[in-house]
Amino acid sequence: MSGWLTRNIPKIVVAPSLAAVLFFVYGFIVWTGYVSLTRSRIMPRYDFDGFGQYVKLFRTPRWDVAMENLFVFGLLFIAVSIALGLLLAVLLDQRIRAEGAIRTIYLYPMALSFIVTGTAWKWILNPGLGIESVVRSWGWESFSFDWLVDPEMAIYTVVIAGVWQASGFVMALFLAGLRSVDQEVIKAAMVDGINLPRIYVSIVIPSLSPVFLSAVIVLAHLAIKSFDLVIALTGGGPGYATDLPATYMYAMAFSRGDLGQAAASATVMMMTVAAIIVPYLYSELRPRHD
Amino acid sequence: MKRSVLASLTLIAGLGAGTALAEPQAEVLHWWTSGGEARAVQTLMDEFQSNGGKWVDMPVAGGGGDAAMQALRARVLSGNAPTAVQLKGPSIQEWYEEGVLADLSGVGKVEKWDLLLPAAIAGHMKCGGKYCAAPVNVHRVNWIWANTAVLARAGVSIPTSWDEFNTAAVKLKALGITPLAHGGQAWQDATVFESVVLGIGGPAFYRKALVDLDPAALNSATMVKVFDQMRTLRGFVDSNFSGREWNLATAMVINGEAAFQIMGDWAKGEFTAAGKTPGKDYQCNPTPGAGFLYNVDSFAMFKVSGADREAGQKLLAKLIVGENFQKTFNLAKGSIPARLGTPLGEFDYCARRSAYDMDVAASSGTLLPSYAHGMALRGQQAGAITDLVTQHFNSDMSSAQAAKSLADAVANSR
Repeated sequence: MSGWLTRNIPKIVVAPSLAAVLFFVYGFIVWTGYVSLTRSRIMPRYDFDGFGQYVKLFRTPRWDVAMENLFVFGLLFIAVSIALGLLLAVLLDQRIRAEGAIRTIYLYPMALSFIVTGTAWKWILNPGLGIESVVRSWGWESFSFDWLVDPEMAIYTVVIAGVWQASGFVMALFLAGLRSVDQEVIKAAMVDGINLPRIYVSIVIPSLSPVFLSAVIVLAHLAIKSFDLVIALTGGGPGYATDLPATYMYAMAFSRGDLGQAAASATVMMMTVAAIIVPYLYSELRPRHD
Repeated sequence: MKRSVLASLTLIAGLGAGTALAEPQAEVLHWWTSGGEARAVQTLMDEFQSNGGKWVDMPVAGGGGDAAMQALRARVLSGNAPTAVQLKGPSIQEWYEEGVLADLSGVGKVEKWDLLLPAAIAGHMKCGGKYCAAPVNVHRVNWIWANTAVLARAGVSIPTSWDEFNTAAVKLKALGITPLAHGGQAWQDATVFESVVLGIGGPAFYRKALVDLDPAALNSATMVKVFDQMRTLRGFVDSNFSGREWNLATAMVINGEAAFQIMGDWAKGEFTAAGKTPGKDYQCNPTPGAGFLYNVDSFAMFKVSGADREAGQKLLAKLIVGENFQKTFNLAKGSIPARLGTPLGEFDYCARRSAYDMDVAASSGTLLPSYAHGMALRGQQAGAITDLVTQHFNSDMSSAQAAKSLADAVANSR
């Protein structure tokens, strides 16, 4: 009996959480998928209705804007955060003075919630209160920085705020990676007379590929769920110029009483994410034969 | 299947409650939690309790009622709906279609609601011809608020047509005054839009376009003119309007930064709080054109079981439409009574004017539901229109394109 218990205790301990995850995550993914195939409005209805909700969804201009924004925001947010984070990490890696203090300063934005970041940047970028008004009060009357209220540019303000928040965290990830690179290899390269930038580009950074994987996954999920940042920063506006799929889904489910549309948009969101992340995970995590 | 589960759950709940004392009891779900609104709902609670009822308060604040609707969904799905819920307009019908609303025709008959309520408003309170909800107030949406001193300084008077408004606005702008205080949020864009539709197209066109959703009216030459006027108005707001709250826009009129604001009569509360007097410091007038756009708050009654709850529901419905409550509640909230013939002696000038206009509009058939405030259309259709209106207002879309897209968006939302 005690032998059986010893052998099976890990399984017994894991079982409840596994069951909970299966039910609450995967079970409700299936449920949402089914609801997207019905004509549910304020309450879920379970009469099968085919793909009508998807037809409606893809004909809605606001959804196109939301998807486009997700790609613009997601790509820029991930790319700029990684580039900036890597640059900061490499600079910090030069054994400079007060490294701990500087590292903390860059890392702190991550401790804030997106709501705080969004609200602060809303004021900073507001043409009547923030940067534009300050620069004008210094005497540069024609200075203009009104991206926040410009429907064409507003999505880039979301990128700015997102990058400000996340790049310090990416820096910390890369810094940990850089510190674990074998110093012997670097010294050997230096002995061979290779200059420092070349060492980073050809030796150090390629050896950081697992860190890139972690960074992309963390940033990608931040990008996809960055609902609160948009709500606090622009409220989806001007108009619906900065809507993301998540804010679209929220509007349908909770403001407009259209559960069918909300479920359809949630399903499309999940499919999109899966289409990008699954191949990436597959290529990064497969066993290497080298 | 779902219905039968629901029914059996309510049955079980009923068995439990049946043994309790038949003291009238009502659980009321609402989102009136701030300032004047909280005071207003307190008057109902007090009156209910002084009539021997037991009030179970269920305030759910947040998201302009979105959070409360979430709570309601959960309660209905679990088969334990609250007695009364703050609902309005077509969403009452949507819940009726889910088969969860109670029949109030008994109370309506005894209290003669058919005679006391304007027919247009009574229509919203009926489900399949029977009363299922009770109206608490009427907000007029198509008001234009103005700062008297600013108008005098610029030498302009209250506009009675949109052309007059445009002329006045150009004068104001030349003096460095923002002609129109506006907050760039979708619902505020929609509020201005419906007033423009009413003013330029007239009441019959408004009904055709925004109530009946006639495709020919939506994509028409008149609608193109409406969008032209929206584009003109875009030039009359300040450059910093995006995302501004409505009460901050009202503050701009109060402190003379801006001349006009188009907003429902809840804006009056801001003027009152700032110590301003209607008719003297500020003016309340209908937006240019004829007609009265209403936004009626009401309590829908959900099916409950147990003698105490049914009694509570009936008592609540009776008190809501009662003269005393209609007066005290609306004095606190700044709206006007839905009950016709309520004495208005204690109300201010704007409210009395609103009540008078409502009587006139009711008899001339120009008493119309506000689309922007969820009185005319269901969420999906209203939302599709608002999306397009705010998209047009915040871009350089042409008016002809906007009218065409409007018709397409509405067709797609059905």
